[in-house]
Amino acid sequence: MSSTTDLMSYEDALASFDPVMGLEVHVELGTNTKMFCGCSTEFGGEPNSQVCPTCLGLPGALPVVNRTAVESAIRIGLALNCDIAEWCRFARKNYFYPDMPKNFQTSQYDEPIAFGGYLDVEVQGKTYRVGIERAHMEEDTGKSTHVGGATGRIHGADYSLLDYNRCGIPLIEIVTKPIEGAGELAPEIAKAYVAELRDLIKALGVSEARMELGQMRCDANLSLRPHGREKFGTRSETKNVNSLRSVERAIRFEIQRHATVLSEGGTIVQETRHFHEDDGTTTSGRVKEEAEDYRYFPEPDLVPVAPSREWVEELRATLPEKPSARRKRLQAEWGVSDFDMQSVVNAGAVDAIVDTVAAGADSDAARKWWLGELARNANERGVEVTALPITPAQVARVAALVKAGELNDKLARQVIEGVLAGEGDPDAVVEKRGLKVVSDEGALGTAIDEAIAAQAGAVAKIQAGNLGPVGALIGAVMKATRGQADAARVRELILEKLGVS
Amino acid sequence: MADLTRLTAAETAARVASGDVSAVEVAQAHLDRIAEVDGKVHAFLHVDAEGALAAAKAVDDRRAKGDRLGPLAGVPLALKDVFTTKGVPTTCGSKILEGWVPPYDATVTAKLREAGVVILGKTNMDEFAMGSSTENSAYGPTHNPWDLTRIPGGSGGGSAAALAAFEAPLAIGTDTGGSIRQPGAVTGTVGVKPTYGGVSRYGLVAFSSSLDQAGPCARTVLDAALLHATIAGHDPKDSTSIDAPVPDVVGAARSGDVRGLRVGVVKEFGGEGYQPGVEQRFREAVELLRELGAEVVEISCPHFTYAMPAYYLIAPSEASSNLARFDAMRYGLRVGDNGDRSAEEVMSLTREAGFGPEVKRRIMLGTYALSSGYYDAYYGQAQKVRTLIARDFDAAFAQVDVLVSPTTPTTAFPIGERADDPMAMYLADLCTIPSNLAGNAAMSLPCGLAPEDGLPVGLQIIAPTMADDRLYKVGAAVEAGFLAKWGAPLLDQAPAL
Ligand SMILES: [Zn+2]
Repeated sequence: MSSTTDLMSYEDALASFDPVMGLEVHVELGTNTKMFCGCSTEFGGEPNSQVCPTCLGLPGALPVVNRTAVESAIRIGLALNCDIAEWCRFARKNYFYPDMPKNFQTSQYDEPIAFGGYLDVEVQGKTYRVGIERAHMEEDTGKSTHVGGATGRIHGADYSLLDYNRCGIPLIEIVTKPIEGAGELAPEIAKAYVAELRDLIKALGVSEARMELGQMRCDANLSLRPHGREKFGTRSETKNVNSLRSVERAIRFEIQRHATVLSEGGTIVQETRHFHEDDGTTTSGRVKEEAEDYRYFPEPDLVPVAPSREWVEELRATLPEKPSARRKRLQAEWGVSDFDMQSVVNAGAVDAIVDTVAAGADSDAARKWWLGELARNANERGVEVTALPITPAQVARVAALVKAGELNDKLARQVIEGVLAGEGDPDAVVEKRGLKVVSDEGALGTAIDEAIAAQAGAVAKIQAGNLGPVGALIGAVMKATRGQADAARVRELILEKLGVS
Repeated sequence: MADLTRLTAAETAARVASGDVSAVEVAQAHLDRIAEVDGKVHAFLHVDAEGALAAAKAVDDRRAKGDRLGPLAGVPLALKDVFTTKGVPTTCGSKILEGWVPPYDATVTAKLREAGVVILGKTNMDEFAMGSSTENSAYGPTHNPWDLTRIPGGSGGGSAAALAAFEAPLAIGTDTGGSIRQPGAVTGTVGVKPTYGGVSRYGLVAFSSSLDQAGPCARTVLDAALLHATIAGHDPKDSTSIDAPVPDVVGAARSGDVRGLRVGVVKEFGGEGYQPGVEQRFREAVELLRELGAEVVEISCPHFTYAMPAYYLIAPSEASSNLARFDAMRYGLRVGDNGDRSAEEVMSLTREAGFGPEVKRRIMLGTYALSSGYYDAYYGQAQKVRTLIARDFDAAFAQVDVLVSPTTPTTAFPIGERADDPMAMYLADLCTIPSNLAGNAAMSLPCGLAPEDGLPVGLQIIAPTMADDRLYKVGAAVEAGFLAKWGAPLLDQAPAL
């Protein structure tokens, strides 16, 4: 089943079943060097240019733990209200895969650095507490590109290319407890949780957490159980759901899929599934016939991590304001309603607006541009608003030009369009496209005089009290000024000249 | 000029430093000796004549410039083929690494180069250091210079045989369950397993990470100490290396003394399975210690009986994971890559062809021991035994300064005798394994020839963690005591090759 047409409706699914979710989020830390070696973590280098014996898993090479990564892990744990382990070890997760050069991943198993926390998320004005099972440290794998073949996957490919630049990048995996009782809000809660977590990670400054760059990735587990039953159903795990919108869609789809299978008397197979951005469906990945045996054991090449309580408390003191508290503060500062604030949050534009205000715009203007023109543009492009090629400073400059009367809204939209098209800064676009409100009343006066002289009939009607034809005169003026005049001002001037005001 | 290959490392270094001989002459003499006898001994897998002569020349040049030379500058050394050497092949005795030329030096290799030690080449070993006879090398066995039909011990048989055959005055070994000490014992040479973490493991191709320890091999206690001091010390690239000053092993080796020392004889190491001549020479060594002024008592370490089974769960478990990286993707052997087969198939074919039977046996054993449902019963239980053994040592060292035992229950056995009987082979490490599990330091040095076969017997001295100097203090006294009795080093009795 891959099309949505065979599916039970979402409403019908919820009428019979309770969804239970579990979310596993991987965050790439923004450290300068990798988890266990000194290689650079910079994005976009030539393939295999940021590697060494350790991250290539060469015989004899050994890992050394990156202290900054441990620090970031502890800060994330503290921000998620977790306990921080007094003593914990890394463990080897053993399995063969070509993009993992040691054929084991150095991770943490039963001794995570942080455990037992929670994160509160707000959905439709209500707060849900999502339990955090654990947050642990591990290393990323390399990247394989399978060339040839239809699917882009390893099976059927002619050959595969391996790039180990990402191999060994520090990751934090944050695992929730089962999220129960979400009901029909499950997809929204999942999305809100990932969004809240992303904001928290960004506020901590430990990662940019850009989902579109794979810096934050979500695996979504879902199972259904009939109303009233305690025991969880069989779960599916949808891998690498890589945008907030996709998290919501993937959960929604899986709820409908599970419900359809279960209602038809079928059984859910425990398996991993792939999410498809294009149609919002998931398809079967590899079937987990039995629980995979990773043969975990404590990593003998590393000594235990034993963060002192003093260090932990020092790090606790560095925690930033919580995103939820910050949102409340901003809402008050901007003087907007709950509804308007929620729109800002949903659009993922909080930081952009803050930065635009910091660059000199007033908050109303900043909100107007980010939620209006820019949100629309992002939607058309199918990207997050913050991924648009325009900076808060540029938006602030547009707002300043409008405020100064040098641009009207129509022209400002064109300026933004120019910036997004890569034509340069707002001032450069204004210059190149010749987009300035004609505010020179002398020049405007000439255009108005010409229009009046050319349309005597219209003038007579206006002077007789019929204001209908004013539009024709304004149109002529706007035409003469190539749209760069402020239409309201033109109308004022015309009526003034004709003594009708 | 006297045969340069018969000199000790200390003598060689002194003569090079004084200008009496050049390092190049010394290196050439050893390369000639290798050319002459290694066809019979097969201690080396790879001789790097060019590299050795260049390193020797660099020492001579430094001396000519008036630079002060280190205590081992210009001394040749045989390096176990388990350490990476930039630009020089490293196989670990395995077909799966055939042709691999590492792009980097192990920390031990780098320290040797820095000290002006002349690396002659890479020595034979049981594949991935798994074995006690060097018969598990994919490149054929090494022969014991005392009797070419017998094994030189293992896994570091190549290093020990190179010393006994006068192909090199120094060698480096690694000891995971006895791979330095047992070859030392059966070849009449000195071998030391330092405290775990005393010598960096960076660039030491891992067999069992929590047990592997690099250490010095030599013909005298002082030479071993000089080499120990050269390779030991904290390495930021190895998280498990000890960040503390290296014990003064050279000072200890220069002032051998056991007067007033309390020596414990491990009660559990003797009796059934021990060759009478080995027990006899061991008793004589204990007698010598008494004569030299030590106080000798018997000590029981009840959990040592469980050391062997614990070892054969922990070491294979770690090995099964450490050896997973040999998958034909990035380096070494690749079998069956005909363009049609999947990566997985090529990996399987390569591992099937590239690993020998003992390595496969241990990978399977370890994979099983770590698998879910068995982990607690096997790996988990073995770790508990490990703790109990460490406690036995703690209790023992509360009563005595050092422990002693035979290094290995028998003298060198004939090549082929135990090749098909892994359990019999494993018994060779009975007395050495506890120190690997507990991480403390231990040494083997010659204590005579067994009367029944005329082959060397080793005395094991065991010291607490970070008390490596104690081994040398006792070892030097015992060595001097035996030399006084024998009138000449034991190796002088070895047959000419
Ligand atoms: Zn690296």
